[in-house]
Amino acid sequence: MFGVMRVINLAHGSIAILAAYVVWSLAEGLEISPFLALLAVMPIMALSGWLLQRAVLERGLRSGQLVPLLSTFGLAVVIDNLLFEKYGADTRSLAPNVGDLAFESWNLTDDIAVGQLAVLTFAVAVLLLGGLHLFLGRTTLGCAIRATTEDPDTAELVGINSRKVYAIAAAIALVTVALAGTFLGMRAAFDPYAGPAQLIFAFEAVVIGGPGSLWGTLWGGIILGVTQNLGSQISPQGFLIAGHVVFLLILTVRLLVNSSDLLRWVGSRLRLSE
Amino acid sequence: MTELAKVAVQRWTPLSVVATCGLVGLVLVLAFGPYYLSAYLTDRLTTLFIYVIMAAMWNALAGYGGLVSVGQQAFFGLGAYAAIRLSFWNVDPYLALILGTLFVGILALPLSLIALHLRGGEFAIGMWVVSELAHLLVNLDPLVNGETGISLIALDAYDAGVRRAYNYWLALAAMTALMALLFLLLRSRVGASVQAIRDSEEAAASLGVRVITNKRIIFVLAAVGCAAAGALWLATLISFQPRTYFNVQWTAYMIFMALVGGLGTYEGPIIGAIIFFLIETFFGGSGVWYLVGLGAAALLFSLFLPRGLWGALQDRFELRLIPVGYRLRFLDGRPSTEGSAFNPKSDDATTSQNTAAQISSAEYQGGNAI
Repeated sequence: MFGVMRVINLAHGSIAILAAYVVWSLAEGLEISPFLALLAVMPIMALSGWLLQRAVLERGLRSGQLVPLLSTFGLAVVIDNLLFEKYGADTRSLAPNVGDLAFESWNLTDDIAVGQLAVLTFAVAVLLLGGLHLFLGRTTLGCAIRATTEDPDTAELVGINSRKVYAIAAAIALVTVALAGTFLGMRAAFDPYAGPAQLIFAFEAVVIGGPGSLWGTLWGGIILGVTQNLGSQISPQGFLIAGHVVFLLILTVRLLVNSSDLLRWVGSRLRLSE
Repeated sequence: MTELAKVAVQRWTPLSVVATCGLVGLVLVLAFGPYYLSAYLTDRLTTLFIYVIMAAMWNALAGYGGLVSVGQQAFFGLGAYAAIRLSFWNVDPYLALILGTLFVGILALPLSLIALHLRGGEFAIGMWVVSELAHLLVNLDPLVNGETGISLIALDAYDAGVRRAYNYWLALAAMTALMALLFLLLRSRVGASVQAIRDSEEAAASLGVRVITNKRIIFVLAAVGCAAAGALWLATLISFQPRTYFNVQWTAYMIFMALVGGLGTYEGPIIGAIIFFLIETFFGGSGVWYLVGLGAAALLFSLFLPRGLWGALQDRFELRLIPVGYRLRFLDGRPSTEGSAFNPKSDDATTSQNTAAQISSAEYQGGNAI
């Protein structure tokens, strides 16, 4: 939602981790499946998104780029440390709560096996992006969101309540973040200070894919994931280094070509070769 | 206004002359600190000087340059690392601290080629990525022993008391030099230019301001400042652990200090640093809640008092202690105006007009007609 909201939320990663913790607490406390807990958490997150927009981001949007960056960074610091205060430094994982799903896999051939959870995560990601794509492209509300992004004042002129539209967009963004946090929690372990790293990965994926493009983000995520794994083959630290280096390389290339012409070209090639 | 108003461009006011002289006097008094201060106070003041450097440098970047970076810890850590690396090549440790700082400044030049093309939040997180990468790359150096870290052992050559005094003087000298440099820069064309860029990059470019060059000057200055802070921190702490030095909390502190003191004012970050220093002295032991408080304060200040304490005072009482801007005094008796202040609430167009007026008055002072 980086592109759509036109504002960069530095608390994005921390909110994802917060959602993962809430899901974990529900799943542990009530002994229910994390998926069920996620269903319960999603409306709460939508409401928090609404509140976040009304209380924090809205003030920022009126006063340029600087203020929302500062306030969301402050918020991230608050969330991270409150999580630390409540849950301590132990790493948690939702993996034990999903039973066999965490390690079961489908064997495609004798050599290639894919984890069920990985497939499920990918499917949800594609469905989510597809859903968002259709929602933004085809529905009236989606058009209203895009119009508000382009120019809130003009959108107001044609009868769009831009405050409401922003708040809805924020609510959707936080539901998405909750989903991401939960799947992250099922796949790996997390701790109170894991938020910033998630923010960085998300941001890298968005920039690699080209800001403002939903399918680009998916490509960005795939490129980032593949390079990180290739990097980890070289050295244990290579995982992160490779990701950051690829990000900076792509950024440099993008600046060299001045605008995203090259990426568009590569993008069209990739689609042709499918 | 239709007719050309008669104005006088004023930089110094009687109050600002007194305040500036007072500040210079204070620095002179502080210069003899180690002779009359207790060891504890000397150490604490050294820390305060480092905070002032960090706050002022982050403010230069964000408050004046409009470049919000969440990755200044990259330079903080690199400054310390460069000093360690040099000291293990048998460079005198104090020389290593200075050379290390300058080295980071040189490193910031090629980095600025990429970073400065990013805008707003992209720059903020892009710099964060840079700092993460710098952290990981530093860890690759076998000297650092991964996250275990290493100490600036070479400092053992100096007696503890001598070391304390040297650290103090080095911190005071670095602070004074950087603040003086910032003062001169802000009063020069660069100062007016970066503020014009902050308010509107397009408008500034259309007036002929060299956007990237001006941004680069402020970016490199901030990098050198943060590297100096990192090197000085190393001198006081002696041990170097990558995770501590490349921690984003440093940027959180810088943001807190600059924001609470007053973003886009010269005096603000100094006040912010003193406030932070006092809070840390009294509440630093309370751990997590202390950090929660800092984050919450940053959040609230950015929403409700984006000009910070000093900015709010300035607006109310028209106080300008350190003259880095221009004051336009109307000769026909209208109240004087000042166009340099950072004002996130104002409309883009009016602010850039203000700053544009400033640039032309800068030209006027230099004797060039546009």
